[in-house]
Amino acid sequence: MELTRRDTLVAAAGTGVSVGGVALSIAHSEPGREVSGSASTAGAGKGVDEGLPAMFVAVARAIYPDRVEGIGELVRTYVAEQFGADGEKVEFRRTATRETARELDELAATRHDASVVDLDPETVSTLLREVGADVAEPDPSGTFAQRLRLYVVNELHYALYTSPTGGKLVGIENPIGHPGGARSYKRGPSA
Amino acid sequence: MSGSSGDAGSDSAGGAGNGSGDGADRRPSKGADVCVIGSGPAGTLIANELAGKGHDVVVLEAGPRFDFDSRPERMERAIRPSHSNDSVWGMGGERDAFSASGERYYPLNAARAKGVGGSTLRWQGMVMRLHEADFERRTRDGVGADWPLSYGDLQPYYARAERELGVAGAADNPFAPPREQPAPLPAFDPSYSDAIFAEACERLGVTTHSVSNARNSESYDGRSACVGYGTCQPVCPSGAKYDASTHAEKAERKGGRVIDRAPVQRLETDASGTRVERAIYATPDGEHSQKARQFVVACGGVETPRLLLLSESEDHPEGLANSSGAVGKYFMDHLFAGTGGTLDRETGQNHIGFITSETHQFYDEPGQGTNGAGGGIPAWEGNGRKGDLGPIKLEFLNYAGPSPVGSALGSEQWGDELLSSLRSEYGGHIAMGGLVGQLPRAEHRIALDRSTTDDQGNPVPDIQWSIDDRTKRTLERANGIQRAILEELGVDISWSVGPAETGPAYHHMGTTRMGTDPATSVVDARLRTHDVANLTLASSSVFPTSGAMNPTLTIAALALKAAAHLDRDL
Repeated sequence: MELTRRDTLVAAAGTGVSVGGVALSIAHSEPGREVSGSASTAGAGKGVDEGLPAMFVAVARAIYPDRVEGIGELVRTYVAEQFGADGEKVEFRRTATRETARELDELAATRHDASVVDLDPETVSTLLREVGADVAEPDPSGTFAQRLRLYVVNELHYALYTSPTGGKLVGIENPIGHPGGARSYKRGPSA
Repeated sequence: MSGSSGDAGSDSAGGAGNGSGDGADRRPSKGADVCVIGSGPAGTLIANELAGKGHDVVVLEAGPRFDFDSRPERMERAIRPSHSNDSVWGMGGERDAFSASGERYYPLNAARAKGVGGSTLRWQGMVMRLHEADFERRTRDGVGADWPLSYGDLQPYYARAERELGVAGAADNPFAPPREQPAPLPAFDPSYSDAIFAEACERLGVTTHSVSNARNSESYDGRSACVGYGTCQPVCPSGAKYDASTHAEKAERKGGRVIDRAPVQRLETDASGTRVERAIYATPDGEHSQKARQFVVACGGVETPRLLLLSESEDHPEGLANSSGAVGKYFMDHLFAGTGGTLDRETGQNHIGFITSETHQFYDEPGQGTNGAGGGIPAWEGNGRKGDLGPIKLEFLNYAGPSPVGSALGSEQWGDELLSSLRSEYGGHIAMGGLVGQLPRAEHRIALDRSTTDDQGNPVPDIQWSIDDRTKRTLERANGIQRAILEELGVDISWSVGPAETGPAYHHMGTTRMGTDPATSVVDARLRTHDVANLTLASSSVFPTSGAMNPTLTIAALALKAAAHLDRDL
C-alpha cells in the first residue's frame, strides 16, 4: 500500500508541528535513492543533519510491512517536521535521537563495517534484534536498547500507525491519533 | 501507602531562584469582590458569571496555564508508552503526593489534572443530568440522604449548564428526567457497533438511546467540531471537547484575573471567626495574601476538604467550616462495571474516543427484568428491598480492544509479522461499560496524613476508601445485564470487571456534603457553608449522594446557581 502525500503531512501535523514549506518541497521532490549514506538534504529540517532522515528511512525499511510504499517520503517528512522545529523540548528530543542514531551507526560499523543506511533491511532488522530493541521497554534514560526502541523504532511505528494508510493496513480508516473526522465510526467495515 | 511517583515535568516546574521567569504578575488583586480557588468548571463558571456582572474576580489556580498548542504533543505522550499517563498533564511528584490508607488503594493522580481548566482537561466529557430520584434517595429508598433541593430546583441551571458547556444531545432517552428545551448541539450519531448492540437489545426488551456529550458535534462557541483524534481522555488536541479553560478565558475577557501556579495554603478568618478574610497562596515568586468579600473554594472532592482541614485555627480547631465534623467524610465515587469479548465479525472500534449510545433503563429500576421478542433480562433475584441495589448506567463502548498504534508500540514484532498480529487483534472486539454509585459512609473519607508533606510542606490528603456490599451487589447486577446482552449477540466473552476487579471513575463526591442541618452537613442548598458566611464551596464535594451519572453537569448547574446567589449578595 502506498503512503500518500496526505499521510505524510498528517503524520507530521499530528505531532503538533505545522506543515509548511519543507513538507511541500519533499512532496514534490523526487526521492531518488533514499537509502544512501549521502542522503538528500530533502527532509532535513532546521537543526536536523542529513544523516538522521536517511538512517530513519533505513530502519523503516527494516521494520515497516513490505506492502508499504513511499517509505522515504513519509519518513523524511515526518523527521523534518518532528525534529525541525524550534523549542527546548524539540531540541532535547533531537539531541537524544541523534545520539541514539550515532550509537546505532557505530554498532553497524563495528559489526558490518558499514553505516546503517548502507545495510539491507534484513541486516538492519537483525541488528536491531541483536541489540534487543524488539523486546526493550522504551525509556528515555534507559539502556541503548531502550532508547533505540523509544527514539527510533517507536518513533517510526507512531508515524505509520497513526496515519490513514497505516490504519487501513490494519483495517481501521481513522486510527487513534489521526484527526480523520467523526464519520468513519458510523460506517461498517464493508462501507 | 503514598503516591508520589510521577514526573511533574516542565509544566509545573517553578522557576529557579526568585521567580517563575514567565513574567506573569501573581501579586494579589486589590479590592477584589470575589476570590475563587480552583479553575475547573465550577470555579471558572462562577468567575465568568460574576465577572460578567461587573464584579472584581480573581481566580487562584494551583497548576500552570497550559499552552493549547502543546496538546498534540500531549496526545503523543498519551499514546506512546514511554510516558506514564500522569505526565500528560504534568501530574505527580511531591506537589501531588497523597496517601491511601484505606482498605482499598485509591490511585488519586490517575485521572486528575492541576492547571487552568482543572480535571476537565483530561475528562471523558459525559454530561448527564441526575434523575429526580437521586435527589430523594432517603425518602424513596430509605438509604443515603436527601438533597436539600429537588431536580426542579436545579432544572433551569442544568439547561444553562448545557449551553455553557456546549452539550451535544438528543431527546430520545425515555428514562431521562424532564427537560425544557433541546440540547444546544445535535447528538452524535450512533456508531456502527451501537447498531449491532441495538438489535440485540431490542430482542431482549432493552432500550438504547443517545448520549449527552460535552463535545462539539458541530462548531460551537468558537471551538471546532470533533475531528476524531480518538484520545478524548486524556487530551483533546482539537479543543472540540469542552474544558474549563474556555470559561477561564471568558472570565478574563470580562476583566477577571486568573493567577496560575498559585496553590492556596490556607484560608484565614477575621477576628470574629465567621468570615474568611484572606487566602494565603504560594507562587514561584513567594507567598501572597488575597483579600476578598466572598471566597469560593472549587477544588474538587479531595482538595476542597483538604484546604478546609489545612485552614484549622483557634476559631476552627477541626478545620474551617467543620463544626459538623463532616468535612472530608462521606467520600463517594462511581465504580466501573464492564464486560467484553469478541464477535466473529468486525465491529469498527477505536475510530473515536467517546461513547454514542447507552441505556439508562436500569437506572431507576436496577432490579427490573425485561421482556422482548427474543427473551429478556432476568429480574434481580436479591431480596427485593428498596435500596438493595443502586442506580446503574450502562454504556456501549466504541473503543473495545486494543488500538493498532498502541499495540504496535508495545509489540515485540515488526514488519509483516507485526502487521499480521495487528490485523488479527483488531476487528471483532466489543464491550459494555457502566457506572454504579456508592452511598455515603462516614468512614470513607479524605483526611490529612500529617506524616507526609507536599512540596509546600502541607500534609497530603489521605484517601480512606473501600467498596461496600451494596455497591458490590449493584456491580454484580450490572455485569449480569451486560452478560445477557453480549450473550444475545453471540459474543465470546473474555473479560469482566466486577466487584473484585473494579476501580473508581474518579468522580470525587460527598466530602463537604450539602444539607439543611448544620450539625450534619457543611453547606446549605446555595452551597454556602453553615459556619462561615462568605465562604461558598462549589464542587461535587457537596453532593449528599452520588447517583450513577457522571457528575460534571451537576457540578456546573450547582455552580451557576451559586453564582446567582453570590451576585445577589455582592
